[in-house]
Amino acid sequence: MIEQAIGEIKEIEFPSPGQILRQRTLSHKGFMIGAIVLILILAVALLAPVLSPHDPYHQELSKRMINPIWHSDGTWEHPLGTDNLGRDYLSRLMYGARISLLIGVSSMVISGIIGIFLGVIAGYFGGRVDMFVSFLITTRLSMPVVLVALAVVALIGGSLNVIIWVLGLLIWDRFAVVMRSSTQQLRSIDYVNAAKAIGCSTTRILLTEVIPNILNSLIVIATLEIAHAILLEAALSFLGMGVQPPLPSWGLMICEGKEFMLFSPWIITIPGVVLSLLILSINLMGDGIRDITAPESRS
Amino acid sequence: MSTLLEIQGLHVEIPLSAGILKAVRNVSFSVVRGKTHALVGESGCGKSLTALAIMNLLPQSAIRCCERLSFDGQDLASTNERHMADIRGNKIAMIFQEPMTSLNPCYTIGNQMQEALLRHRRVTRKEALDRAVFLLEKVGITAAESRLKQYPHQLSGGLRQRVMIAMGLMCGPPLIIADEPTTALDVTIQAQILSLLKGLQQEFDMGMILITHDLGIVARVADRVSVMYCGQVVETGDVTQIFENPLHPYTQGLMDCIPIPGKTQRGEHLGSIPGIVPTPIGDMTGCTFRNRCPFVSKACAESDVALQEISAGRAYQCLLSPEVCAQNLRGGVAV
Repeated sequence: MIEQAIGEIKEIEFPSPGQILRQRTLSHKGFMIGAIVLILILAVALLAPVLSPHDPYHQELSKRMINPIWHSDGTWEHPLGTDNLGRDYLSRLMYGARISLLIGVSSMVISGIIGIFLGVIAGYFGGRVDMFVSFLITTRLSMPVVLVALAVVALIGGSLNVIIWVLGLLIWDRFAVVMRSSTQQLRSIDYVNAAKAIGCSTTRILLTEVIPNILNSLIVIATLEIAHAILLEAALSFLGMGVQPPLPSWGLMICEGKEFMLFSPWIITIPGVVLSLLILSINLMGDGIRDITAPESRS
Repeated sequence: MSTLLEIQGLHVEIPLSAGILKAVRNVSFSVVRGKTHALVGESGCGKSLTALAIMNLLPQSAIRCCERLSFDGQDLASTNERHMADIRGNKIAMIFQEPMTSLNPCYTIGNQMQEALLRHRRVTRKEALDRAVFLLEKVGITAAESRLKQYPHQLSGGLRQRVMIAMGLMCGPPLIIADEPTTALDVTIQAQILSLLKGLQQEFDMGMILITHDLGIVARVADRVSVMYCGQVVETGDVTQIFENPLHPYTQGLMDCIPIPGKTQRGEHLGSIPGIVPTPIGDMTGCTFRNRCPFVSKACAESDVALQEISAGRAYQCLLSPEVCAQNLRGGVAV
């Protein structure tokens, strides 16, 4: 009996961290839905030159305002119809995904570098450094993003690069705030002291002890900031101060279609729906990552 | 018998809005190679700050000053931060109190163990890992090789503390500072860890500073003892002297709190020291223990009490003469 029992106990094996991660990921519905939609959009964006049926910049005035396929007069040549200049709407949508993702990711990277740096040094060193960074954060929070972005773009002219930099330099506040408070919690924890006690330099402590331990909140913020940047870009483009025509940005497509929305509502609905889908999928993934990496914080 | 670490007149002060907190006042002791010096005292009496002051790892706001702080012939009081970082972990290792939070949850045991060695010595990763396996076996961890790949959360508290000890020994430091190494562990594991520390200390001929509030641990492990109260050393001596003939009323009070097997009757009250530790803020004159001392007299409040040496390495801080103190002990401490 006893030997049998011992034999059984020995066979229990703990799942490896990788296995736990895989199992949690696969069982998280929100994350999986978000991931699938995002991967689809990403694939379409990357493969746009191959997948798109037409050149997104090619105008054909004789074929303007063709209705999409679900209308009685729709054709398979232009499944989502054409815009007021006769450009294929599906192709523009595909290329628009590239712009949205490019702006989202690049602005997140720029703002992430600024925000993480400021937040971590403020949280770790405290004192005067913290006061200075907190002042920067409050200053930044007191400025409405869209208004400042509009002013800057109006001054130096809108282009893809300008939009990326303006957004990147404006939306680092959430990174800084969260990194600051997480670092403050870690600053006095024993393994950071232990690292000091074996002679690690401050840079090394920040890079190898502090940042890896706040990585999960970092990833969550990063995804949310991508969504944030994409929305801001769409808003700026809609206001005419973002990506300039003829680049196919989704915000710009809504803007160009708004004159026709009374008789062809699909012309603003399609980019709007795609935009919401993208934002939704990114946010679902962000929430999913938080639940998967820190299940104890699930509310 | 060479002196490894010598501290004289160490002060640590922390400026607060209410005044200057004199957390450590005029602490002197020395550690000899191969011997253990214990710092005993209740919470907040400055034991840990003394250890951090040696390592120069005090909180930013704290100010350290000392007459003499020499380690292995080097003057640590005036050394710069860069040189100090070379000494930390290399010459002086530190074992922390909480094995649960002293290991970084993001890295494997092997990864964390090799860090100190890679920082201070020119060794390859392979050599560092070999050393880690050797030391893990030394601290009594079975299947050391497979432990290297595990993360801290996969180990129990006792195992983690063993890992912490092995980690401290990676560079073969001449001095090890153990800051309450067994407080977070249960009693059986405590005993194992203590005998392990003692054994390793003798094997590698290290000096050790043991910080604890547990007199049982002191009796088991220490060679010399400094009893600290309110930031000061109130009594110092060899471990047998302290336990057989405690002179300072505070030490006597502490001894009175320990139940003695066979002597303490069932249902009998154990001794206790009335009152609380005063906060050492602002100007302090007189004996800091006078509010709680059963033998207090008028003179205690009037002048500072100096640490008086009665023989080599034996000193206590009280106005009463050693004979009177000894008599107090025999008469039983009036509580």
